[in-house]
Amino acid sequence: MMEMAKYLTRLAGVVTVAICTLALHAHFNNAEAEYGDIIMNEFSADADMRPVVFPHWFHRIRFRCKVCHGDLGFAFKAGGNSINMLKIIDGDYCGACHDGGVAWSIENCDLCHSGVPGTPTQVHHSTAQKLIMPVEDDVQDEAAETDETN
Amino acid sequence: MHKSCCRALGLPLLLFTIVLLTTLILHRAVADQNPNSFNRLMRPASERNAPPLTDGIHDPSAYGTSMLQAPRDAFAALPKSTSGNYVNWSRAMEEQLVNPRYDINNPDAPAVVLDLNIVREVKGSMPDVVYPHKAHTEWLDCANCHPAIFIPQKGANQISMASIILGEKCGVCHGKVAFPISECRRCHSRPKVATEQ
Repeated sequence: MMEMAKYLTRLAGVVTVAICTLALHAHFNNAEAEYGDIIMNEFSADADMRPVVFPHWFHRIRFRCKVCHGDLGFAFKAGGNSINMLKIIDGDYCGACHDGGVAWSIENCDLCHSGVPGTPTQVHHSTAQKLIMPVEDDVQDEAAETDETN
Repeated sequence: MHKSCCRALGLPLLLFTIVLLTTLILHRAVADQNPNSFNRLMRPASERNAPPLTDGIHDPSAYGTSMLQAPRDAFAALPKSTSGNYVNWSRAMEEQLVNPRYDINNPDAPAVVLDLNIVREVKGSMPDVVYPHKAHTEWLDCANCHPAIFIPQKGANQISMASIILGEKCGVCHGKVAFPISECRRCHSRPKVATEQ
């Protein structure tokens, strides 16, 4: 009887977790990230890190476009700057502020590297993405396969 | 023996109740999707500017995700628009509801603003485009657009809606982070001069 009860407990636990996971998946699968969020995954996946989600809206509230796109030299293109951690540590790009001075420092890895693993570099919800060039994970997968075969 | 069995069964019963309730809630949610519902394909306003934990792009299991600000909290006091972030950013700055820095360190550095409207007479039936330098130089530096994106010379720039949709010319920002092309009349704002029939 005790064995039966233990078995039922485990079964119920597994079923609960499964149902909750399904519910969460259904909920999260519908990507509704903010317009203009930039996802950068040029180097993250290879380093076993989550991709970076850059909230453009958050930064424009605090800085005019000119500060980053003029003074700091950010190109107007997702993935157009080949930003890596060395550049940031050396004070370029994100590192111009994220140095513990103007903004929090680089030890808060997860605050930037918080994207769903496998999400490709993109401007989320951009007109181009919606109308003509939907960014699919398959594109990256195909690219990866091509790399392997070469 | 009997007592311990009851105690052992208590937990599974509780879990089963949770399972049952979750199933019922899920079933209810599915049942709510009326095939003839109004605005079937449109995202409800309540789902706009969702918090990172539920926006589908952030990984809810990342430690940092729960610490990030929800856009809707930041936008609550800002003037609304009908697309993009659903924020009218130019008006937000005009009304000083946001005061983004022009200099990385100096919060009081004034912007270098140019007040010059450029009228572009468009070929089609749409009203002509009035391009306000003022609203743009409030945010940007001249060198952000000139000369790489726009040659600073009258008639030197071929602009089409196709190129904008492809992310060129105005589309470098509009349709990515500034208001998208669905807000036609914010650019196509000057009625064409009446021509003789």
